[in-house]
Amino acid sequence: MRISELANPSHFLRAANLVMPWLSGATAIVFAFALYRAMLAPDDYQQGATVKIMFPHVPSAWLGMLCWALMTVAALGTLVWRHPLADVTAKAAAPLGAALTLLCLVTGSLWGRPEWGTYWVWDARLTSELILFLLYLGVIALWRTVEDPSRAARAVAILTLVGAIDLPIIKFSVDWWNTLHQGASVFRLGGSTIDPTILIPLLLMTAAFTLLFVTLLLAAMRNEILRRRVRTLRLLQASVAG
Amino acid sequence: MQATAHIGFIVAAYGAGVVVVVALIAWITLDYRLQRRILAELETKGISRRSARESVDE
Repeated sequence: MRISELANPSHFLRAANLVMPWLSGATAIVFAFALYRAMLAPDDYQQGATVKIMFPHVPSAWLGMLCWALMTVAALGTLVWRHPLADVTAKAAAPLGAALTLLCLVTGSLWGRPEWGTYWVWDARLTSELILFLLYLGVIALWRTVEDPSRAARAVAILTLVGAIDLPIIKFSVDWWNTLHQGASVFRLGGSTIDPTILIPLLLMTAAFTLLFVTLLLAAMRNEILRRRVRTLRLLQASVAG
Repeated sequence: MQATAHIGFIVAAYGAGVVVVVALIAWITLDYRLQRRILAELETKGISRRSARESVDE
């Protein structure tokens, strides 16, 4: 099957059904190994054992942003190319992104209390991350408000493109402003500042969360295609009854 | 591994992770079952998509 054939929802459903059991298995195995390595990771010389909060916090932050970036590409797919799966992708991804961003905020808050002495501070990184979460809620609300999926898709696509401005703000907030949040320590010029004993479990957890995200996204897209079929059949039923 | 005075924060962070992951899996699984059930009910009533009917006719 060619990649372009996946644009057909029926072909996509067949491919998703084929791939998902393998993806689910791979996700479970990588998660188990990543958690095992995370448990064995040594305490940080400054933060002690609280450094382990980084293992769910950082992957959820990255994926929360990656998910919006994916929705931005899907928004272009909806507005420019009218790709049949673009708005299905955008609608399926939004709740996943919201959940991961919420997890990032909660774990960050729980990390902040012992390290900074406070659960929350209105600094640039935390505030821009909270704005991303509110944008996700706005997108979900918009999908639920507009009944016609194609009209909703166009409105959501515009909001998504506008909201994408928040992504570089989140990324560079620690460079542009004085923040309580630390600067970049994994992907930076000059290499990572994290010791390999902590960096490797972090990368494994990121791989595990990414696999989980892809699996859940495919499953949520499958649900959305089925939901649209249900809608079509109900409209057909209503027209026959009328 | 050094004992920590902040074990409650670590457990709460991982607990939040478990809650979010389990909630997402449960929501998506239940939603899939619901959509399949509704589709099956509609098809039982004789309402099916044109493309599905054509593939049966073939």
